[in-house]
Amino acid sequence: MDLRFTDDELAFRDEVRAFCRTALPAGIRDKLVAGGSPSKDDMVRWTRILADRGWAVPHWPVEHGGTGWSPIKQYIFTEELAQTPAPAPLAFGVNMVGPVIYTFGSEAQKRRFLPRIVRLDDWWCQGFSEPGAGSDLASLRTRAVRDGEFYVVNGQKTWTTLAQHADWIFCLVRTDPAAKKQAGISFLLIDMRSPGITVRPIQTIDGGHEVNEVFLDEVRVPVENRVGEENRGWDYAKFLLGNERVTIARVGVSKERIRRIKALAAQQSVGGVRLLDRQDFREKLAAVEVELKALEMTQLRVLANEAKRETGKQDPASSILKIKGSEIQQATSELLLEVVGPYALPYQPREELDGRNEPPIGPDWASTIAPSYFNLRKVSIYGGSNEIQRSIIAKAILGL
Amino acid sequence: MDFDPSDEQRLLKESVDRLVADHYGFDDRRRYQAGPGGFSEAMWARYAELGLLGLPFAEADGGFGGGPVETAIVMEAFGRGLVLEPYLATVVLAGGLLRHAADAGQKAGLVPEIAAGRLRLAFGYAEPQSRYDLFDVETRAERVEGGWRISGRKGLVLHGDSADAVIVTARTAGDRRDRAGIGLFLVRADAPGLTRQGYPTQDGLRAAELVLDGVRVGGEALIGDPGGALPVVERVADEAVAALCAEAVGCFDEMNAITLDYLKTRQQFGTTIGSFQVLQHRAVDMFVELEQSRSMALYAGMMADDEDPQERARAVSAAKVQIGKSARAIGREAIQLHGGVGMTMEHRIGHYFKRVTMLDLLLGDVGHHLARLAALDGLVREQA
Repeated sequence: MDLRFTDDELAFRDEVRAFCRTALPAGIRDKLVAGGSPSKDDMVRWTRILADRGWAVPHWPVEHGGTGWSPIKQYIFTEELAQTPAPAPLAFGVNMVGPVIYTFGSEAQKRRFLPRIVRLDDWWCQGFSEPGAGSDLASLRTRAVRDGEFYVVNGQKTWTTLAQHADWIFCLVRTDPAAKKQAGISFLLIDMRSPGITVRPIQTIDGGHEVNEVFLDEVRVPVENRVGEENRGWDYAKFLLGNERVTIARVGVSKERIRRIKALAAQQSVGGVRLLDRQDFREKLAAVEVELKALEMTQLRVLANEAKRETGKQDPASSILKIKGSEIQQATSELLLEVVGPYALPYQPREELDGRNEPPIGPDWASTIAPSYFNLRKVSIYGGSNEIQRSIIAKAILGL
Repeated sequence: MDFDPSDEQRLLKESVDRLVADHYGFDDRRRYQAGPGGFSEAMWARYAELGLLGLPFAEADGGFGGGPVETAIVMEAFGRGLVLEPYLATVVLAGGLLRHAADAGQKAGLVPEIAAGRLRLAFGYAEPQSRYDLFDVETRAERVEGGWRISGRKGLVLHGDSADAVIVTARTAGDRRDRAGIGLFLVRADAPGLTRQGYPTQDGLRAAELVLDGVRVGGEALIGDPGGALPVVERVADEAVAALCAEAVGCFDEMNAITLDYLKTRQQFGTTIGSFQVLQHRAVDMFVELEQSRSMALYAGMMADDEDPQERARAVSAAKVQIGKSARAIGREAIQLHGGVGMTMEHRIGHYFKRVTMLDLLLGDVGHHLARLAALDGLVREQA
């Protein structure tokens, strides 16, 4: 047993760190440091820089552009990106539909879609949730009816993240309405330019436009765009969601936020004392750091065990990653709100700030803090709410 | 990075786990507790046979060359059984002082005796006024002809009433809260001028208050630097905290198993109470605390022998914070989910609850270690 990184792993970390620092355009980094999100152009630009280095899809099989890194090295890579901070590769392609395609897809699908995911030529979005199917995903109602060499799809998806940029959407659709809940679902790849698709923005409480409603009205999808077998889509979706759990802890993201909190708290004076020097604040922050270290060690335990586990058998510890990871992300956003203090109040959306000549009200870094706090309430809701996660653990691990 | 135990570690774990499972039932423990010293001489002898008492000492000194991982394996099993014997006091605390500070002659005289189960030691690091500050030492040692004369009081000396000898911190120079000027002295239990008042602790173990009234010890009683012992004391305390974290994980694991068993068998309203979602989610919260604690105990074990005292302190304090918080969370849920029966002395769960509550108060509680971690700028610092 040796829980320290090996010399090889440390050298790898330094290599990734050095690369990220030099290769990431400064403008993108600054935007992320401030708590903002990368634009579509930023994402494409950064993904292609990674692709040129051979690092766009590290965890994929080598034949499709992967690196062959160990799970620990993949973890180090993800952490270094997050701590730069650099944008994470677009999950919908790289972590979600890509692995589904190379695991269950046809040769033609692999050839057609995988290279375009690697370079972000295609922007993918996820068509799982529906207005009536949130945490109870299998109750989805979007229908696909076979018509010759096409499916005709009717229904509505919602919470579709960044669908406004998307070229493609992967959808769970009901192909056998008579079958019981999970059994009649298929996994379709749908071109967003298809006639009958309408994207309508949903404005979230932070004022941002991240998620959308996607309406599908008589959308014709070639049968060749179905992944795997008809009515087996639920299996592929479970595979996809299982992969998500490994990256969901966001340890690197939270580490970067804690460094940001420390940097900003060093500039704030409260009662004539630097906020960072106040014992109560330091202890509050240290308490979050302890939680984060525990999460990091749990994450590493899960990764170390991954290679040894039978496929499909879940490590009990992995279900903790979502719950604790989301709680810690939210805790860092609360601390940032505390650091900024009263000048979190002015509502100054980025677009308005960019378009006017006057300086922002309050410190220039303050305007994103409250929206980010509002926005991060999502992390304990999406990907199976934390309550769903608890019920999964109760059933699958504790046997209750 | 490698989380797999070695073959030797796996073997050690199997044998300690089996020993505890076979010989540390609830009724066994009650019987041991009633014995002299409040523990079992027979179990102590078994630990010696298994090599546990010499585990962390260097092979050259008569030990088995184990590190923090091996100690953690033993302590986790002991936590599961709520073991009463003075393993922490003798092997981890006093043994740690010998490992890090004693000279070759002292080790040659003491380590084989400990390993054979013939010598039990205790460590008097605290005083009535010191709370968790290891440097807060009023007890004084003055140099006299042929050795030292020690006077002062030592509080909460774990198993100090049954120990054959006690190692105490005593001030050879400086004022009460100076970091410099502290030495370590081995005081035999029968030394004239030493009074020991033994008592049971809340968790069923034993401790003692010591009064040293002009106790005379020879020059050979001094362990290490007469004025520079504090770094060793802090190092040993950190090692002991890592060991306590492992013990706590053993306790938590057992508490969760006992509670889950109860949820699955206790019937109310015509069904098992574990079918109620509100109770299921609370059991999950206990499980999350257990796994996070396990992670931090591993981390503390990994860092407990780090040569950089600051890195070591950060890691160990962070782990103790986690363990202390989890002790509260798991402890209160375990009792609550048991309902009335959890309040009774007859049920096992309450005894675990009391032990983990006391573990938080040993060698620094959540508040103490949070402050220590905060003073060291936390765990997430600027990247190189």
